[in-house]
Amino acid sequence: MSIVTVQLGQCGNQVGQELFEVISNDANDTQRKVYSECSSERFFNETANRELVARSVLIDMEPKVISQSIAKAAKFGKWRYGDRSHFSQKQGSGNNWANGYCVHGPRHEEVVMDIVRREVENCDRLAGIMAMMSVAGGTGSGVGTYVTQCLRDAYPNSFILNHLTWPYGTGEVIVQNYNSVLTLSHLYQLSDAILVHENDTVHKICAQLMNIKHISFSDVNKVIAHQLGSVLQPALTGDSHGVYNRNPIGELMSSLVCHPEYKLLSVCNIPQVSSSSMAYSMFTWPGLLKHLRQMLIANAKMEEGIDWQVRAPSLQPEGIERTRSHRRPGFNTSLANLLILRGKDVNNAEISGFQDPSLYTPWLPADEAFSMWKTPVPFNKYEKSAILVSNSQTLLRPLDNMVGKAWNMFASRAYIHQYTKFGISEEDFLDSFTSLEQVISSYNQL
Amino acid sequence: MLTQGNSILPISCCDPFNPSYHMAVKRASSFSQTNGVPSQMTVVVPCYVCISRRRVGGSCDITGGRIQSLKARVNSSDELLRHFDVCVCLFVCVSASHPLTRLMSSLQAVLVDMEEGVVNEILQGPLRELFDSTQLITDVSGSGNNWAVGHWTYGSAYREQIVDQLRRAAEHCDCLQCFFLIHSMGGGTGSGLGTCVLKLLEEEFPEVCRIVTSVYPSAEDDVVTSPYNSVLAMRELTEHADCVLPVENQSLVDIVNKIKHMSHSGKPGSVIKKDSAIISGQGGVSGAEKPFDAMNNIVANLLLNITSSARFEGSLNMDLNEIAMNLVPFPRLHYLVPSLTPLYTLADVNIPTRRLDQMFTDAFSKDHQLIRADPKHSLYLACALMVRGNVQVSDLRRNIERLKPMLPFVSWNQEGWKTGLCSVPPVGHSHSLLALANNTCVKPTFMELRDHFTKLYRKKAHMHHYLHVDGMEQACFTEAISSLSSLIEEYSQLDATKDRLMPDAARLNIAT
Repeated sequence: MSIVTVQLGQCGNQVGQELFEVISNDANDTQRKVYSECSSERFFNETANRELVARSVLIDMEPKVISQSIAKAAKFGKWRYGDRSHFSQKQGSGNNWANGYCVHGPRHEEVVMDIVRREVENCDRLAGIMAMMSVAGGTGSGVGTYVTQCLRDAYPNSFILNHLTWPYGTGEVIVQNYNSVLTLSHLYQLSDAILVHENDTVHKICAQLMNIKHISFSDVNKVIAHQLGSVLQPALTGDSHGVYNRNPIGELMSSLVCHPEYKLLSVCNIPQVSSSSMAYSMFTWPGLLKHLRQMLIANAKMEEGIDWQVRAPSLQPEGIERTRSHRRPGFNTSLANLLILRGKDVNNAEISGFQDPSLYTPWLPADEAFSMWKTPVPFNKYEKSAILVSNSQTLLRPLDNMVGKAWNMFASRAYIHQYTKFGISEEDFLDSFTSLEQVISSYNQL
Repeated sequence: MLTQGNSILPISCCDPFNPSYHMAVKRASSFSQTNGVPSQMTVVVPCYVCISRRRVGGSCDITGGRIQSLKARVNSSDELLRHFDVCVCLFVCVSASHPLTRLMSSLQAVLVDMEEGVVNEILQGPLRELFDSTQLITDVSGSGNNWAVGHWTYGSAYREQIVDQLRRAAEHCDCLQCFFLIHSMGGGTGSGLGTCVLKLLEEEFPEVCRIVTSVYPSAEDDVVTSPYNSVLAMRELTEHADCVLPVENQSLVDIVNKIKHMSHSGKPGSVIKKDSAIISGQGGVSGAEKPFDAMNNIVANLLLNITSSARFEGSLNMDLNEIAMNLVPFPRLHYLVPSLTPLYTLADVNIPTRRLDQMFTDAFSKDHQLIRADPKHSLYLACALMVRGNVQVSDLRRNIERLKPMLPFVSWNQEGWKTGLCSVPPVGHSHSLLALANNTCVKPTFMELRDHFTKLYRKKAHMHHYLHVDGMEQACFTEAISSLSSLIEEYSQLDATKDRLMPDAARLNIAT
């Protein structure tokens, strides 16, 4: 089964290209033929001349980034993008969600959906569609939301995963909070799950774990691609009987998104080291898993600076109803978690720490809340790696900050005229704010 | 595949005492490597409406010169061909039938001049091949430093011709991205006819962004009626422009003097790298530098930097529409103070990080602003940083973190930064920074303008020259001054919030 990726805007296209690069390298590196074939089938189409063509659609409202991505992909000759799988315009969306959603989206709907249809038809069986975009700009956010809506209408029975990149808190775009609020509120209705990477977090990983001195967007994008690739590459699920899971997106959704009010997913990956230190590092499963568990409950995004003081509350004895006592300060409550283990000796890993009911919200039985995938095939040169995809309160604070800043700006009506001139009214803004406050409240109550 | 770019189309208007300030800009076609057929590119149309001859001289060689020099460097290498083509494409039309080594002939510029002197100079100058006669709209006698003559008399007389030329130019564009209008405020044609053209652009092309570079008169301006002209023009700018980049001659002079002082100071380690100063007409076609060339070069660089992301690749693109979107929170408050750094590159090649950080610090110092203003001590509504060259996002973030505590931002936009990273630096530099600030520091400039206006208006001095013109009424004056006053008032209200701690707005309450 295959995944069709839709890359939207500058961020979506840049990260998407890095993702395919990581996947292609990982599939090529490995000695395991079955893994390699499964991965290829999932992400690439093999042409008559044995070329690998990415199952991807590139969309942008200005042409430079797409040209670059296509050129970069073709550079090493290992894979490339399809010749007619891209669509660009000349103008750009001017960082304006309303321009993307109300003007560019509808204007180019037919052409874009046509390209997507062609890509989908190239798949033997469609596992799902992944839309990749940022929320700060105009095209990724506005056109991306519109395209997601079209995808939902065109493929009502397919899984749609939105991968979002949240901007630096200190600003890349001044109206980024407005664009983010409008995007998230709409996507919440349209998407099956929303997987988020924050630039701030990834930047810290680059600085502190990977020791990169002058961090560029290329470095940030490579880390995002590595984390995303580690989730989507083939793995064996509990009941897949030795065969690689056919539909990672579907499995992801059924493990993690059991309630429509809770769709925000985050990814944590351990270890994450610079390539120069990799040769000197020895990791054990107990060590990795202990750190990963603490990262989850203390809401840390990387192995350094974890707060070991935060502890899970002790388990209530049987018969006594679990109260919300575990909502302690600093403790990150999860709705559901998916643990993916890749590498050597994976069957010896002890994962019971993640099945501890005190990690989870009381209204979901603990055995439904936790799932695990594994594969003995190492990922992207890491001998062992553990990935946690989590539906938890991790994104609560960043989301709250984003909504707070947008609300402050909205209170003074700054920049609103730029949106209303394209057809978004103040009412629409209020609706978006209301839906997101609802989401914040739901996660608060986990 | 060659990347496509945007192109700029200039329209120029001159006044007898104001030499034109031109940029050689053309619509560009790029070659598509796959099939050799030229494809169109998006276009930015700059309109130049003349600038005071006293202060700013004709600098059409600048961009033309820059293009020439880039062309010369690039001819030899295919790899750079793409860069050449893209950057040139913004300004030059390269058509299929001519080899890339020659500049093309169909420059899509509209030059409007109410007096022939300056335009003739250009037509005889090194850039003559870029213009053709259909693009010129000239008259003979000029506007006599009278806004009303420029706006009403010539405005109505040449309206059709101007609209025609604009339409023709716009039709050649695949995708018209924005208009650049360049003019001065103090004279008659630049100020009067220029703002008339602005209104025209809004009527004919309402969806296309209008970015205006206005040269404001300095304190010692010897055109007696310049306060009238400026205030009358201000009203039009406030109502009809999307963004205005005000520039003051005095600041340009100060910058030029600073560079000259630096290059002549003879201190060790202070040798400026050849042709790297922003005042140098790098690769300029004409030999001797005319007066004002240095000052004009600064403004030419400003425009080159603003459009750099549209022309070249980068990891975080920032195009012209994004500038208007992010920097204009309320429709009338669209005056953006520009500053350019570095002013020059020292010949010593090693650029440690300290120098890079110095570039960021300088961008906020009052010596680098292109109007006499001190943004650090006034309130920021929004700020954009366009970085060119080998600068990464981490350098950008580090500097923003460092400078943020020193810069007062309005309460609802505490992190009001718009950033852009373009990989290609300007010629002669390894990196550069353009900062555009929407800041209340423009208020003193406007208040001065209002004071000068009031001094004349109280005595009704020179008003009969204006009122004699068909279409001009007393009401124009009163409306103009009241528009300026209310603009000043809006800035004052924002200033009042500067040192106060504003509470966060109460959030929506969701019933649980």
